[in-house]
Amino acid sequence: MIATGQTLKAVEEVKGRSLWVDARRRLLRNRAAMAGMIILALITLLALLAPFFLPFAYDEINYDIIACAPNWWPAETVCRAPGHIFGTDGVGRDLFVRVLFGARVSLAVGLVATLVSLLIGVLYGATAGYLGGRIDGLMMRIVDVLYSLPFVFFVIILMVIFDRNFILLFVAIGAVEWLTMARIVRGQTLSIKQKEFIEAARAGGVGTPGIITRHIIPNVVGPVMVYVTLTVPGLILTESFLSFLGLGIQEPLTSWGVLISDGADQMETAPWMLLFPALFMAVTLFSFNFIGDGLRDALDPKDR
Amino acid sequence: MMRYALRRFLGAIPTLFVIITLAFFMMRAAPGGPFDSERRLPPEVERNVKAAYNLDKPLAQQYLIYLGKLAQGDLGPSYKNKDFTVTQLIGTGLPVSARLGLTAMALALLLGSFLGICAALRQNKWQDYSVMSVAMLGITIPTFVTAPILTLVFGIYGITLFGHDLSLPVGGWNGGAWRNMILPVIVLALPQTAIVARMMRGSMVEVLRANYIRTARAKGLAVGRIVLSHALRAAALPLVSYLGPALAAILTGSLVVEQIFGLPGIGRYFVQGALNRDYTLVLGVVICYASLIIALNFLADMMVAWLDPRVRLT
Repeated sequence: MIATGQTLKAVEEVKGRSLWVDARRRLLRNRAAMAGMIILALITLLALLAPFFLPFAYDEINYDIIACAPNWWPAETVCRAPGHIFGTDGVGRDLFVRVLFGARVSLAVGLVATLVSLLIGVLYGATAGYLGGRIDGLMMRIVDVLYSLPFVFFVIILMVIFDRNFILLFVAIGAVEWLTMARIVRGQTLSIKQKEFIEAARAGGVGTPGIITRHIIPNVVGPVMVYVTLTVPGLILTESFLSFLGLGIQEPLTSWGVLISDGADQMETAPWMLLFPALFMAVTLFSFNFIGDGLRDALDPKDR
Repeated sequence: MMRYALRRFLGAIPTLFVIITLAFFMMRAAPGGPFDSERRLPPEVERNVKAAYNLDKPLAQQYLIYLGKLAQGDLGPSYKNKDFTVTQLIGTGLPVSARLGLTAMALALLLGSFLGICAALRQNKWQDYSVMSVAMLGITIPTFVTAPILTLVFGIYGITLFGHDLSLPVGGWNGGAWRNMILPVIVLALPQTAIVARMMRGSMVEVLRANYIRTARAKGLAVGRIVLSHALRAAALPLVSYLGPALAAILTGSLVVEQIFGLPGIGRYFVQGALNRDYTLVLGVVICYASLIIALNFLADMMVAWLDPRVRLT
């Protein structure tokens, strides 16, 4: 089948633009989405390189400069901390480094959980959609039942079960966040499975698992990609929500949720402690949303 | 229609059952128990306490006992809040949470739909763009950021307009005084308003392109009339099915809002209960929330069926 795919692609390229080339062109022309991508790349790069270019460690406590404003802070403050461009937190740690370390945790968590949900959702949805009939009915009924569960409550219980083991927790969150993905993939699969190339594969003797993984899944990539870019920010929010309730990651490690929660406590005396983490998180979530919208417009041009 | 309603209603029962079962066993899988404390109890006392709450029996038997009690409407005693039953705790907290949640939901639906319709009617003009960018802000900025900022602006700095002091109380319930409700309700409603506005705009834009709307326009109906009596019915469909998830989101948000504003709702019981292994309390709150969500989903299904006859037939 791969050979057929290549010939098809070759024919399309001679004729003109393939779906993907077309989509990429539209995406590149979408200014909001491109800005989102550049900003995200910058934040990721900063977060990854933080320990190499900053003179402070994320857990370096300095009791001489507790909750001090950065030098450029315009309002009157109790103390200043020269050299700390975002100021310092409640025990004198550099806020810039902590925001960047928070970015590491928040982004990593969002990605891990999304990958887990992607894996489960795509396989489940494609299987249900392709098999159809009674199995499909049963599988989607299970999804319906799970859908009406109040998820955050289960996540909080999971948090207690895993005793704040962060990675495991996010595998677990991913494992409960796959429902929408499964629905989207199933819907797409239903519309694809009647197509001739599936029939051809079946006539060629490809088994059901082979058809699902080699022929169905590659063809649902578009909508799935859109949904993935919209899932990541949702999961980053979930993490910060848990951290805010005091159920998230533990000191001295940090995440945006923890930083925002600390900042909200000291908002009156040290507003920068809330401002910078909140700003970074909002900008990141914005970027993901713009990329998601851009991808949707690029892949599904009829909605333009 | 009756048959459809009955089928949906019966479908809700296994859902609730699954929720109870999952919550029960997940809670028990957590290490530790409600009577583990810093000071270890003497073994005999611990045994007696556990026996009194049936915690010494096998897990399966405890589950059956719990289900039996539940069938009689008994949610059991709270393990940590001595002298209170779970029913009493929920009874005092639920009215607060319900009032908060329902007000926020009503506000989100009304304001969100209004903004969404306005944006749809001025599609791709500045009104549309400004509503949609504000909506994007509302979705991306989490509740626990808006709450402290609004508290700071309206509560602590205080705002004086035309000689009136517009500052609002920053916390407490105060017997449900409306001034105490303003900030929590706004914080809770903000993200949902944004989502509703986006959904409403999307579906309204599509409906306004339909042929029957062009007909209505051609025969000379006023725009307001067309939107309210022709377009809204079709455009509201996706919104109605969003009611269930919206309630779930508002309940989730109320966990944070109740904590920030110090309100005596049931959200705080949940987090405390989960950390303290107060099994019955956690289960009680989960059952309460789940029933609310299921009930609203049922109502939403009925409304969709009423608005869109095609649904009933399938």
